[in-house]
Amino acid sequence: MIAAAVLSGFVLAGAAPSLSRALRGYAGWCLAALPLLLCVYFGVWFAAVIQGGGTSIAYPWMPTLGLHFSFRLDGLSLLFGLLIAGMGALVLVYAGGYLAGHPLLGRLYAFLLLFMGSMLGVVLADNVLTLFIFWELTSISSYLLIGFDHERPAARAAALQALLVTGGGGLALMAGLLLLGHVGGTYELSELFARGDQVREHALYLPIMVLVLAGAFTKSAQFPFHFWLPRAMEAPTPVSAYLHSATMVKAGVYLIARLTPILGGTEWWTAVVSSAGAVTMLVGALLAAPQTDLKRILAYTTVSALGLLTLSIGVGTGPALLAAILFLVAHALYKGALFLVAGAIDHETGTRDVTRLGGLARAMPITAAAAFVAALAMAGLPPLFGFIAKETFYTALLETPAALLGTACGVAASMLFVALALVVGVRPFFGTKVETPKHPHEAPPSLWLGPILLGTLGLVFGLAPTLVEAPLSAAVAAILQREPAPLHLALWHGWNTALYLSIATVAGGLVLFWLRGSIRAGAERLTPLGGLGPAGGYELGLRGLNALAAAQTHLLQSGYLRYYLMIVLATVIGLTGYALWRRPLDLQPPVWTDGAFYDAGLVVIIIVAALASVRSQPRLAAIATLGVVGYSVALFFVIMGAPDLAMTQFLVETLTVILFVLVFYHLPSLPDQSQRTARVRDALLAAGAGLTMAVLVLITTQMKLFPNISDYHGEHSVTKAHGRNVVNVILVDYRGLDTLGEITVLGVAAAGVYALLKLRPSKTRDKPAPAAPEEASP
Amino acid sequence: MTSLILRTTTRFMFPVLLLFSLFLLFRGHNEPGGGFAGGLVAASAFALYALAFGVDSTREALGVDSRSLIGSGLLTAAVPAWFALLRGQPLLTHQGVWLYFAVPGLGDIHVGTPLVFDVGVYLVVVGVTLTIVLSLAEE
Repeated sequence: MIAAAVLSGFVLAGAAPSLSRALRGYAGWCLAALPLLLCVYFGVWFAAVIQGGGTSIAYPWMPTLGLHFSFRLDGLSLLFGLLIAGMGALVLVYAGGYLAGHPLLGRLYAFLLLFMGSMLGVVLADNVLTLFIFWELTSISSYLLIGFDHERPAARAAALQALLVTGGGGLALMAGLLLLGHVGGTYELSELFARGDQVREHALYLPIMVLVLAGAFTKSAQFPFHFWLPRAMEAPTPVSAYLHSATMVKAGVYLIARLTPILGGTEWWTAVVSSAGAVTMLVGALLAAPQTDLKRILAYTTVSALGLLTLSIGVGTGPALLAAILFLVAHALYKGALFLVAGAIDHETGTRDVTRLGGLARAMPITAAAAFVAALAMAGLPPLFGFIAKETFYTALLETPAALLGTACGVAASMLFVALALVVGVRPFFGTKVETPKHPHEAPPSLWLGPILLGTLGLVFGLAPTLVEAPLSAAVAAILQREPAPLHLALWHGWNTALYLSIATVAGGLVLFWLRGSIRAGAERLTPLGGLGPAGGYELGLRGLNALAAAQTHLLQSGYLRYYLMIVLATVIGLTGYALWRRPLDLQPPVWTDGAFYDAGLVVIIIVAALASVRSQPRLAAIATLGVVGYSVALFFVIMGAPDLAMTQFLVETLTVILFVLVFYHLPSLPDQSQRTARVRDALLAAGAGLTMAVLVLITTQMKLFPNISDYHGEHSVTKAHGRNVVNVILVDYRGLDTLGEITVLGVAAAGVYALLKLRPSKTRDKPAPAAPEEASP
Repeated sequence: MTSLILRTTTRFMFPVLLLFSLFLLFRGHNEPGGGFAGGLVAASAFALYALAFGVDSTREALGVDSRSLIGSGLLTAAVPAWFALLRGQPLLTHQGVWLYFAVPGLGDIHVGTPLVFDVGVYLVVVGVTLTIVLSLAEE
């Protein structure tokens, strides 16, 4: 059932495009039924978990590798599950209104559902490898969603950047998780929880921590990987609200929280995670301050909020984890609402520039109300849930060893939150009306339903926090893998330090809001420094990579067969020669023992023909003499009693000659004699290749590593494989997979030759001849 | 090329070569031969035909597009692979899927999935070789 809950998103994603066509305007509402159902399902399980229940399920996938398709429900995973499914329902409805009539709306639904399924897989997985697979799927669906408007270069670049940053982190994460499984002896989280000490005391603990955190930090846009998130705002607004604010970017936070019982608690962990979080929190808020684009402001404050979450989890004390969970919920509610509001404003007015918005409350009263409530929550004002979250956060910070520094960072970021909440959620709706590109009307219900619901929830949870005490306590308990502790949330805590800090925060925030004009002007002067940041490093790295690819392509892909051959031969000689030089073998010179006179004759023929092929002037003569070499080798096979090999060699030789004739028939006669240097080079290369092959043949004949393999094949080919021809039995049975691979390669080679010959833009006659792939015989 | 001798010889040799290729294919499991060698012989037969009568007549004689031979060959070779999977065995396990029967005049026949695989190899080799040969000859 859990597996079905995870996979249902993928199934519905497949059907979404056709459903979207069939249901037209109602598709979003109908598709939202699935996440709603999932919400109910998770809600029922949550009730059971609070009672001390919980469930897990495992299907063996690749048991020999420790890979199980296993899922587990506890407080933390269910909280995330509810967030993902709940936001998913709202976003599907919203997308239907936001992109109404868009020709690719069905595709957007499909990607959103694909993402939802992947994200549910991440938070519900018990096996870390399963978790990783879903983790990567979220990166991929994020790529598809950011690049949804794929005809705009900016959207494509942003999608690629997000994929490269999170994908690179994903690689590190995979290495970290593999090491973790290796050290812990299992890939199941539920079993690893009990082996935390074993992991923390292991010599590989630090590498594991660094790799896992690299994955989590890139995904959750922690400094210095934060730059991809604001650019991801190229995605349609519902996508930004869903992936890049409420859910996907919190996957990293989830992972850090999830692994806290296994990796957490050490000095390194606390220092790295909390300082990364603190820096991100400050940097995000500071970068958000001068922005004027609604979505970019929200994106940078999301970066800041993710830093706050990371900081809280890094601190790791009970109150700090509680603060993280509270803020997680509060942030999802208000930031989701604000993003959806920003989309509605954009949809109705045609602009997202805050300096060009004002007085919209009259035209869009419902949206304005939702935005106002969400902005109050973001500012952390009572009676909203955001206030409780912020108070808890302050209380937790005051208890840390570095209380002064931590609290100062927290207060500074919160002040900027207050100012930015006013900029985003209040300023556009009040004041004098400003002319906008489109004449604003109230948004359709699908666009205001989400913000209103989210805002109301933030208000209800703030007024009656007892409603959420039990689930949130269960989530905190799940992070620590302990029994839930009783929890009492209230708006009023009495006159304490946290409250004084809150008052100071609001006051400071108002001042910052007042100064917003000069902040923007000041930041303008700093823009030239923007290229020095991590984003500039990314650009530089990407350009370097492209330049490297271009350079090596230019170097290796000349388009001339002779150069390809040269590179292949030189590589073989070089690598084999190096290996032989590193491990010199005791080779006996070959001794002519029982050779008959015709053996000697064949050798002479081969040598003479080889020399003749080099000397011969017309190409056809060279081919004919090469054919002589080939046939003579085949004769050797006959003499040595390998009829299969001989027959194949004869046939391949014949066809090769035919092919060469066909190709060379069209080529002009040999150009001017090649230069002396080129000839010397070719001669050296040819001699080297011949020598290497000769040495290799000597080695293979003199070394008997596995003397029984041919006997084994001979003995069993009739009894087990029903065939007396051992060669063929090897080809089709013992090593059937090799043959399957080889014929596939043959097919690909034929496609390549065909493409080269038939699909080139202009038919010129001096193209290099394609290689004859027959020589790759099994 | 309009050599009368080549054309006449090819007319006689062509069916014989094709028969020989099938002979190689079917006896391959016990005697020298097999799908690869058989396929090469068949391809040579068509290549000879192309030299004698030209590409267009060869395509006509072949009846199907040589490229589709590659695809169908790969599919055919994949059948025993999947067959083993369906039986819960590792990919390409041929063991235990042999049929024995006596055909009057031919003696005891035994047929197994390796033959299906070999037929796939045969088709791929014919398809690949002819795709290349015929494309080149058309230039």
